[in-house]
Amino acid sequence: MEYMILIHEGETAETPQPGSPGFETYMADWMAYNQKLIDGGNFIGAGRLQPSLTATTLKRSSGADQLIDGPFAETKEQLGGYYLVTAADLDEALSLAAAMPIDDVTLEVRPIAFRPEAL
Amino acid sequence: MTTPIAEAVTRLAHEQSGRVVALLAHRFSDLDLADEAVQDALLSASQWTTVPDNPAAWLYTVARNNAIDRLRRAAAERRRLRAAAPDLLAAGLDASGDTRSPGEDAEAEEEVAVDDDSGPGDEADEQVRLMLLCCHPALDRSAQVALTLRLVGGLTTAEIAAALLVPEATLAQRIVRAKRKIRDAGIPLSMPADLDGRIEVLLTVLYLVFNEGYLARGGRPGIRVDLVDEAIRLTRRARDVLPESAEVEGLLALELFTHARTGGRQTAAGELVLLADQDRTRWNLDLVAEANVVLADALQRLKPGPFQLQAVVSGSHSTARTAADTDWAMIAGAYRQLAVLAPSPIVSLNHAVAVSMADGARAGLAMLDAVDGLDEYYLLWAARGEMLERAGSRPEAIDALRRARALALNPAEQRHLDRRLAALGAPGDGAGDGGRGGGHDGGHADVSRAVDGRRDDA
Repeated sequence: MEYMILIHEGETAETPQPGSPGFETYMADWMAYNQKLIDGGNFIGAGRLQPSLTATTLKRSSGADQLIDGPFAETKEQLGGYYLVTAADLDEALSLAAAMPIDDVTLEVRPIAFRPEAL
Repeated sequence: MTTPIAEAVTRLAHEQSGRVVALLAHRFSDLDLADEAVQDALLSASQWTTVPDNPAAWLYTVARNNAIDRLRRAAAERRRLRAAAPDLLAAGLDASGDTRSPGEDAEAEEEVAVDDDSGPGDEADEQVRLMLLCCHPALDRSAQVALTLRLVGGLTTAEIAAALLVPEATLAQRIVRAKRKIRDAGIPLSMPADLDGRIEVLLTVLYLVFNEGYLARGGRPGIRVDLVDEAIRLTRRARDVLPESAEVEGLLALELFTHARTGGRQTAAGELVLLADQDRTRWNLDLVAEANVVLADALQRLKPGPFQLQAVVSGSHSTARTAADTDWAMIAGAYRQLAVLAPSPIVSLNHAVAVSMADGARAGLAMLDAVDGLDEYYLLWAARGEMLERAGSRPEAIDALRRARALALNPAEQRHLDRRLAALGAPGDGAGDGGRGGGHDGGHADVSRAVDGRRDDA
C-alpha cells in the first residue's frame, strides 16, 4: 500500500541554517533517513514546503473563486512537508513515520486511495 | 425467546464465533468476509430444530463454506463485469474500476478451491492476532472496546449497545467505521513486532470493559449481557492464547479478586458498603482461591507489571478474613512498586494511605504532603482527615473532612462524610441522617475505601 506522511509542525521552531553550528548533523540525520527509505524500497517522494506565510488559498464556492492570502487554516501547527511511501501495512508506515529525525511534531499517516501515476 | 435452541445459539456465538472469525480472517486475509460468513452461519443456526453434536465444528464448517461462496460470487461478478466492459464503456459507464487482469481472477478462484482443505494453522496465534487487531492503537478506544466485544466476544451489536448504554445505531456505526478503517488504512492481522506493548493495549481495553460492568452492577436491571462476566471470559481466553504473559495473568487475577467481593458490595437497598464494613462471608471464596493460583503463576515469572501489582493489592483485601487482618505492609509494598512502574497521583495517594495503615498515621501524612495535583479530589481530604484524627489532631481532621465533604459529589459519599463529621463532634450539612459511624473502626473504613481506589466502592 501507499501512504502519505503529512508533517505538521510549529513554524516558530528554528532549524539550523547552512553554515551554522549543528547544520551538518541536522542534514546528516535527514539524509540517513531518506537513505533508509530508499534502501528499504519505501521511498516514492518527499517535499518540504515553504512557510505558510507564502501560501495562497483559492476558495471556490458555487463556481465563484476567491483568493485568500494565507494557509487553509490559521493554526499553531502547519503542514510543513510530506513523505510519500510504500509500506506493507499501516504498522510499517507508522514505524517509518516514527523513525523521522524530528521532534515536537504531529505526523498524520494516511493511505493513498488512488494515484494516477501509479497505474 | 430463551428456548433451549436460542440459548445454544447465543452460547455458540459467545464461545466460538471469535475463534472462527480469527481462523477465517487469517485464512482469507479478509476480516469483513470472515465476520459476515460467521454472522450468516449464526443466522442459519437460529433455524436449527435440533442442536448438532458438535456446534463448534458445525459453525466453522458452515462459516467457511459461506466465505468460499461469497468469494466465488464476487469472482463471478467480476467476470461478468469484465465481459460486459466493452458495452458498458460504449454506453459511457465505468466498469466498476476493476483493474485486475484476467489471470489474477483465475488465480484467486483457484486459491479458494485449493485452500479449502488446508488445516488450521496455529490457532492460538490466530486468536491473538484478532484480539490485537481489534485493539490496534490506530483505533479509537471506544472502537477498540466495541470491536473486541463484537468480533472476539461474539456479542451482537444490540447486546453491546445495551451493555454500554449507547444507542444501537451509534454502536453499529462505530463498528462499521472501525472495520472500514482496518480495511482501507491497511491495519494488519499480524503478530506485531512490539508484542508486549500491544498486549498492554488489549489488557487496558479488557479492564475498561470489566470496570464498565463492575461500576454499573445493580444499576441496570434487565441487562442480559453482563460486562463483568464478558471481561473475565475474554481475559481467560487471552490467558489461554498468551500463556507466557505475566500481565495477562495479573489482570485475570485482579478481575477475579475484585469480582469475588461483589456479594458484599451493596446492601439489599442498593447502598454501597465500604470495604472495611463489608460482610466478608458474602465474598466468593472459590473465585478468591482461583485468583490466588493465577496470581501465583504470574508472580513466579518474575516480570512485574501494573496489573500484577494491582492484583496483589486486591488480593490482600480479598484474602483478609477481617478488615483488621489486612496485610497493609504488603499493600504498601505493591503501591511502592506501582509508583515506579506506573506513577500517578492516585497511586501516590493510595500508597500514602497504605503506609499510614502499616506504619502509622504520621508516616502516611508525610507522604500525603508529597502528593501533587489532587487538591480538588475529595478522597485526598478524606484520607488526610482520617489520618489526622488517628494522629490526635482533631480540629485539623475536622477541617480536612469538611473540605472532603464540600468536594464529594456522590450522595452516598456525602452521607458517609456527614456521619464521620458528626462522630468527631462537628456536624455537617446532613447531620443526623445516618447517625452511625465513629467508634472503634470508623477511621479504617474511609482509608480502605481510598486504598481500593475509585474502582471498588466509589
